[in-house]
Amino acid sequence: MKKTIAVTGNTGPKVRSDCEITLELTDKWGIIIDLTSKVRTLYGDSIVKLTNDVLGFFGVKNARVKILDSGALPFVISARLEAAVKQLTDSDLEYLPAFLPENGYATIRDRFRFSRLYLPGNNPGLMINAGLHSADGIILDLEDSVAPDKKDEATILVRNALRQIDFCGAERMVRINQGERGVRDLQQIIPHNVNLILIPKCESPDYILRVEKEIEAILRKRKLKNKVFLMPIIESAIGVENAYAIAKASENIVAMAIGLEDYTADLGVQRTTEGKESFYARTRLVVAAKAAGIQPIDSVFSDVSDMEALRATVLVSKSLGFEGMGCIHPRQIPVIRQGFAPDNAEIDKSKQIVLAWDSAMKNGLGVVALGSKMIDPPVVARAQKTIDLAIRLGLIDKNWIQEDAPGENKL
Amino acid sequence: MTVKTVKNAAGRLVPTEINGKTVIPFKGVGRHKPEGRKYAPPIPSCSDYPEDGNKVVGSLEEALRKCGLKDGMTISTHHHLRDGDLVSNKIFEIASKMGVRDLVWFPSASFPCNDPVIRFLDDGTINRIEGSMNGPLGRYVSEGRMKGTAVLRSHGGRVQAIQDGEVKIDIAVMAAPSADSFGNAKGTGGTSACGVLGYAKADIMYADKVIVVTDNLVDLPCFPMEIEGNYVDYVVVVDKIGIPEKIVSGTTQITKSPDRLLIADLTASFLEKSGILKDGVNMQAGAGGTSLAIAVFVHQILKNKGWKSKLGFGGSTKYMVKMLEEGQMGYILDAQAFDLDSVASIERNSNHVPYPVFNAYNYHSKGNLTSMMDIMILGATEIDLNFNGNVVTHSDGYLLHGIGGWQNCLHARNVILPVPLFRDRIPVIVDKVTTLCGPGELIDVIITERGIAINPLRKDLIDSVKDSGLPLRTIQELKEEAEKICGIPQKPEFEDEIVAAIKWVDGTVIDVVRKLKIK
Repeated sequence: MKKTIAVTGNTGPKVRSDCEITLELTDKWGIIIDLTSKVRTLYGDSIVKLTNDVLGFFGVKNARVKILDSGALPFVISARLEAAVKQLTDSDLEYLPAFLPENGYATIRDRFRFSRLYLPGNNPGLMINAGLHSADGIILDLEDSVAPDKKDEATILVRNALRQIDFCGAERMVRINQGERGVRDLQQIIPHNVNLILIPKCESPDYILRVEKEIEAILRKRKLKNKVFLMPIIESAIGVENAYAIAKASENIVAMAIGLEDYTADLGVQRTTEGKESFYARTRLVVAAKAAGIQPIDSVFSDVSDMEALRATVLVSKSLGFEGMGCIHPRQIPVIRQGFAPDNAEIDKSKQIVLAWDSAMKNGLGVVALGSKMIDPPVVARAQKTIDLAIRLGLIDKNWIQEDAPGENKL
Repeated sequence: MTVKTVKNAAGRLVPTEINGKTVIPFKGVGRHKPEGRKYAPPIPSCSDYPEDGNKVVGSLEEALRKCGLKDGMTISTHHHLRDGDLVSNKIFEIASKMGVRDLVWFPSASFPCNDPVIRFLDDGTINRIEGSMNGPLGRYVSEGRMKGTAVLRSHGGRVQAIQDGEVKIDIAVMAAPSADSFGNAKGTGGTSACGVLGYAKADIMYADKVIVVTDNLVDLPCFPMEIEGNYVDYVVVVDKIGIPEKIVSGTTQITKSPDRLLIADLTASFLEKSGILKDGVNMQAGAGGTSLAIAVFVHQILKNKGWKSKLGFGGSTKYMVKMLEEGQMGYILDAQAFDLDSVASIERNSNHVPYPVFNAYNYHSKGNLTSMMDIMILGATEIDLNFNGNVVTHSDGYLLHGIGGWQNCLHARNVILPVPLFRDRIPVIVDKVTTLCGPGELIDVIITERGIAINPLRKDLIDSVKDSGLPLRTIQELKEEAEKICGIPQKPEFEDEIVAAIKWVDGTVIDVVRKLKIK
């Protein structure tokens, strides 16, 4: 039997940009709204109007609604209201806020994935400015960071966030739940231009195929053409043993990550900063990923205050062959980016390759050599990627070619 | 009560009379030229003071009685004890018991610990406060419950008003962490050290009567004296003038907020790329979490480049002290110390010097320090499309802050406001500021997490960063982005009644705050 009173969202002295909704369906007297808000003077009328709109959309005619608002944006308020209605009634309707046109961007297989910022799926305050911190990817997490009884409302909130928050070009990622719940999550998430789905606790290719089939079905049904890539996360001993098979399970897999908290728990060992206990798993994962032609991604570093230890971990990670790492705080992003970024020697070599190639093309030469080594197109492409990255990271000027090239006009 | 209002040079409707006194509407920056001579207190005579110099009396009540406390007097206090102040409220408790009415409280600032004075506003002991009001006091005034009209002045405007005789202080009660029996006093020593008494100078020079209250009576001379005993009438010794941990923070902390850190990072980049930050620069920054982060980033730039700032004006913090001690800053001139490291530095470093606000900020003097500053980092509650700034009211119309030194600091060469584009859902950049505190022509750069807007009047600055890769926007674009995310806010509604006047640095009235319409 359905409940009679629903409570969704969050409130409390530390909660910002969220609201708590208490909804009680009644028999008469229409919609009665009791609004407490720190922005009441500025947005009181619009919050009341939105509340009436959402309840009207779901056909709720009589209800008491108590709103404790700490500056929630409209898409948060509507998500909280929708979640409350759905706790009390059966409805397949979705109250969708506008999809921002700037959120329609696609992603590509081999883009950089140095840093991916995890955002707890039920915490809107952390989402709003997340795109400003220049992470390569933003992960809206429905799994471990969301309490079991908050999963439904988090899914609605994440759906709205995908439509309403501009993540400024970061790859738009969602980590779904495990098992059947994860497959169900896809229904509400996939139609809103998700670039990549993270699949937690992967142990075999079967589940990945299941997820992939579901995504394809949703895209087909909605006549959507966007690409949705996959990133399995290996978090157990059996997962590590099956790493290559998992990496090869689908063409849509572009990267594979390792989750060390669960992995060390599975082994029954302590997770240490130096990471001896996970050395085998990490190198095994790197080799499997490289063999499958995808990016190996390292586990998150959980001490957000220790930047020096993070820096050291990133350097080890890069030296093992990893091409990225998860972040749990925006402060970690620049450290991780700098760690995985090309160093001066790499940049200089890339510059030489690109310049040699350009000059060979200009002079109509079919064969390109740098010193005694031949250069073929993939090498140039990789060098160009390094250069693009260095420009993006502000390590070299975008007009470097004019400054570095031994141009004819220079005297 | 309706009063006659006129439109001032900033286009704001302001009264020509406040609390029964004629006032001058704002005429434009630098336009009002004062006439006449400075105010002077009565001439005292040594024959009225003990020859042995011992001015100690038994209690604060006795001192107040001896000063002739009576109805309608103006009582000044200074805010160096911050939220740990145990003296100010006591004055009004005594006055209330004595049955004195209609006092004017003239503090250099008020803090939450002063909220109990609401009781004395209610019972008629105090007619009005001329000073900053926030929290419950701000609410009290905004709802029209204070009998007189509040007058808000900057720190510099306050000393200007004292010097020019706009405000005649009858009794100045100066709490002092150390004092001797003659009345010499300083901000260090004892258990209530606050570092500097940078706000006390005008009060002691111009008040009719001066009482020094201390919990640390030292042998004569209390050295180095910031308050000189020659200005002091009575010395009162009490158990405690303040709660130490609320006087200075144990340590000021850099913001941990990722968004604020981003703003700080952008600000430091702007300072570097625009060329404003250079060898020999003079600068001032506040003690807010974002300002501290900026100070740390700036310190790093100075270090990397081998540059040195000639002087920094305080509010000092441990981050400024670090610059001083590591050789990236020549001097700290200091009007107030924000943390324990700064208090200790004043005693330790001969180039960390107490410097009164009276000299640094007074607009009616022969030049002052703020216009010599190259870099000034300030905040604001609202900024509008004309770069006008508001620091006293919240967007919902309630009084929220005092002006502090904000207006005075606007005279620096480069005034930079690092602010979030919105706080929770409240946009900081708006069509028109709720209350005008600073004219836009003096505000140069707004730095938000979503972009930097440079005042179009500063073509030189715009040119200096046009190819820098910094995220430059117009202020209009920033406002639109804030509204796109937050929604277009409604405006608070006001009654006609004026509850507070905002003075400009020259004593003219730049704007008023009206009573809120309570729905």
